[in-house]
Amino acid sequence: MKHLLSTQDLSARNALRLLDVAEEMAAVGEREIKKLPALRGRTVVNLFFEDSTRTRISFEAAAKRLSADVINFAAKGSSVSKGESLKDTAQTLEAMSADAVVIRHPASGAPARLAASGWIDAAVVNAGDGTHEHPTQALLDAFTLRRHWAQLGGSPSAGSTLAGMKVLIVGDVLHSRVARSNVWLLTTLGAEVLLAGPPTLLPVGVASWPCTVYYNLDDALAQRPDAVMMLRLQAERMNAAFFPSTREYSRRWGFDDGRLALLDTMGLDDTVIMHPGPMNRGLEISSAAADSPRSTVLAQVRNGVSVRMATLYLLLSGDQHDEPDDDLQDLQPATTPEGRTP
Amino acid sequence: MTTNTSESTHYPEYLIRGASILGGAKQDLLVRGGIIAAVGPAAAEDASEGAVTLEADGLVALPGMVDLHTHLREPGREDAETVETGSRAAALGGFTAVHAMANSSPVADTAGVVEQVYRLGLASGWVEVRPVGAVTVGLGGERLAELGAMAESRASVRVFSDDGICVSDPVLMRRALEYVKAFDGVIAQHAQEPRLTEGAQMNEGEVSAVLGLTGWPAVAEESIIARDVLLAQHVGSRLHVCHVSTAGSVEIIRWAKARGIDVTAEVTPHHLLLTDELVRSYDPVYKVNPPLRTSDDVHALRAALADGTIDVVGTDHAPHPSEHKECEWAQAAMGMTGLETALSVVQHTMVETGLLDWEGFARVTSTTPARIGRLEHQGRPLAAGEPANLILVDPAARWTVDPSTMATKGRNSPFRGLELPGSVRATFYGGHPTVLDGRLATPRPAAPIAEGAQAWNT
Repeated sequence: MKHLLSTQDLSARNALRLLDVAEEMAAVGEREIKKLPALRGRTVVNLFFEDSTRTRISFEAAAKRLSADVINFAAKGSSVSKGESLKDTAQTLEAMSADAVVIRHPASGAPARLAASGWIDAAVVNAGDGTHEHPTQALLDAFTLRRHWAQLGGSPSAGSTLAGMKVLIVGDVLHSRVARSNVWLLTTLGAEVLLAGPPTLLPVGVASWPCTVYYNLDDALAQRPDAVMMLRLQAERMNAAFFPSTREYSRRWGFDDGRLALLDTMGLDDTVIMHPGPMNRGLEISSAAADSPRSTVLAQVRNGVSVRMATLYLLLSGDQHDEPDDDLQDLQPATTPEGRTP
Repeated sequence: MTTNTSESTHYPEYLIRGASILGGAKQDLLVRGGIIAAVGPAAAEDASEGAVTLEADGLVALPGMVDLHTHLREPGREDAETVETGSRAAALGGFTAVHAMANSSPVADTAGVVEQVYRLGLASGWVEVRPVGAVTVGLGGERLAELGAMAESRASVRVFSDDGICVSDPVLMRRALEYVKAFDGVIAQHAQEPRLTEGAQMNEGEVSAVLGLTGWPAVAEESIIARDVLLAQHVGSRLHVCHVSTAGSVEIIRWAKARGIDVTAEVTPHHLLLTDELVRSYDPVYKVNPPLRTSDDVHALRAALADGTIDVVGTDHAPHPSEHKECEWAQAAMGMTGLETALSVVQHTMVETGLLDWEGFARVTSTTPARIGRLEHQGRPLAAGEPANLILVDPAARWTVDPSTMATKGRNSPFRGLELPGSVRATFYGGHPTVLDGRLATPRPAAPIAEGAQAWNT
């Protein structure tokens, strides 16, 4: 692995390796001295073209726990907003000898562009690009799910997969990079993925994804999922006629108190509720659900640091060993390989 | 540049030996005085001693290609292309006429701007440059531009288009279609329903779903075409549909033609070959409007071009300075270069697949576009007495596309690195060789522009 750009091109073995290393990193986080010398002398740049304090501080904590030097480059309000191009920014970072660039960008594909352009040699980590992917979020979600699933199975988390697990993702899939990254990663790890949301917020083309789609949340819950992941809803979507009102959305697709009680009624005692944060309490998730013992929201945040440590460690530790990608190929749709019609 | 008027109209003679005319039997052609003076045995007999002989064994002689859809960028974006560089690229690509799209800066929406572009074309002398006039003032979609003034200008504009922007207001479109009947004009519509394509980045489908790029749905093109063919029928006007890109559009146009509606349609070389799978790279060289579609669309477009539902190939040559492509996908400009690859891509996709013979190639790249643009001297048969706008093509040649060596200023070719068949060995424009041995020769000397002279000035 040279870069981490998406989970769609992450093989099962590489994904498992990341998660296993993250387990080791988590153990470090429980020590009194939460620091490893692994990346001493290496420079990690957090290049954020979009505000995201949560993701940035998670990456910053991860890099610092590995003893890397961290530069935070908030591209909003800098020369970038005065028209400096991604290319110039990348070349500036290259001139400063950045070893890794953690990039958050509002344009889908910007990290891939950075990695393929030749503008910079550094390892590129996608920290969320437009409505494309957010691979470290999916990794921390998978890490959280795997711990839960392994614990239920009474086995150690390291080395295990999500085989047999049923994960329901609910909400604005169309605009969600979290949903995309999770669909690919969770299915790669053996989970079954269900999607539920208003038809307007599911992409045209979703039928080719390796998951089942429900327009009705209660029908999806009747499938007895082991985890329910609620996506953040941007209320402004209402203005573009994606749904009539936040109240109607909340009634039909929100994880409210009634649905929380339904899990108990159905005897789904081990089903967890996830949210990538930040939450809109009372919109896509009720306070009772967010604060219930089923909620993994804070565990997700904690695990975020571990998987980001694992990511930086594997990309920068000089260990360029790459696991075969065979198992991923099966997932990709059968299409003209080069995009040129014969 | 010649200063003597009498010399400027003196062309050397060219005796082309053994060219396969439209892919048929080998014949000789004599080019003299701007016309094809003789064809067959008479050519060698009529040739004077000083005639330059071109051995054309193995080469196909075709009428010079006519592009209905070229962005020459001048005036305004001379960093992207000029009439000079764009028409050089056109000559090398086998064109003898191009239609310069109206989205320059200032917009070609007045007689003054179209005459400027027309004069720049005459001064360059590589191909016939025919300006396209804007339909609405400033491409704003609100008021009609002075279409009549552009039609009557020295540029004799017949094709009007707001290309890049759809004339989406149905009343304005109706009026434009009606109005240009007064001077035998045609409205070339860029079919794109604006509301359905706000922020659109690529074809909406399986690939856009994965890439998280805002989709440009096929229905946004098809709904406008459906509306426009019905408007054209209602007012009895002719309509030209630019760069058709979807299988559904083909069906609507086929239906309209069956009803006798006077509609013509165009497809670009890139839509005949490339699909949206290429966008997975996020490389903006594949960003274009209308976007690359699916393999099913590509096959439907090829079949439609073969059966005449789609009438012509138009390049939509759209050069951009590198900084407009060396950036994130969403920020990048839309468009691809095409003049220097069009012949090869059409040979590859249509001729080598058996869908078109060379006669059919001439129909879709020359004869029909000349008819739509009302270019009297272009797209003519290769026969004695006809204007000598013709090209010699080596269909057996193979070459690898290298944008850095092209004559266009644009380096944004989506065919970069691809091996393609067919090479233009010579281009004769008005009897003058602008390309010889596959390389640029000299521009056709500009004849003095007499007051009141018509668009064609031989």
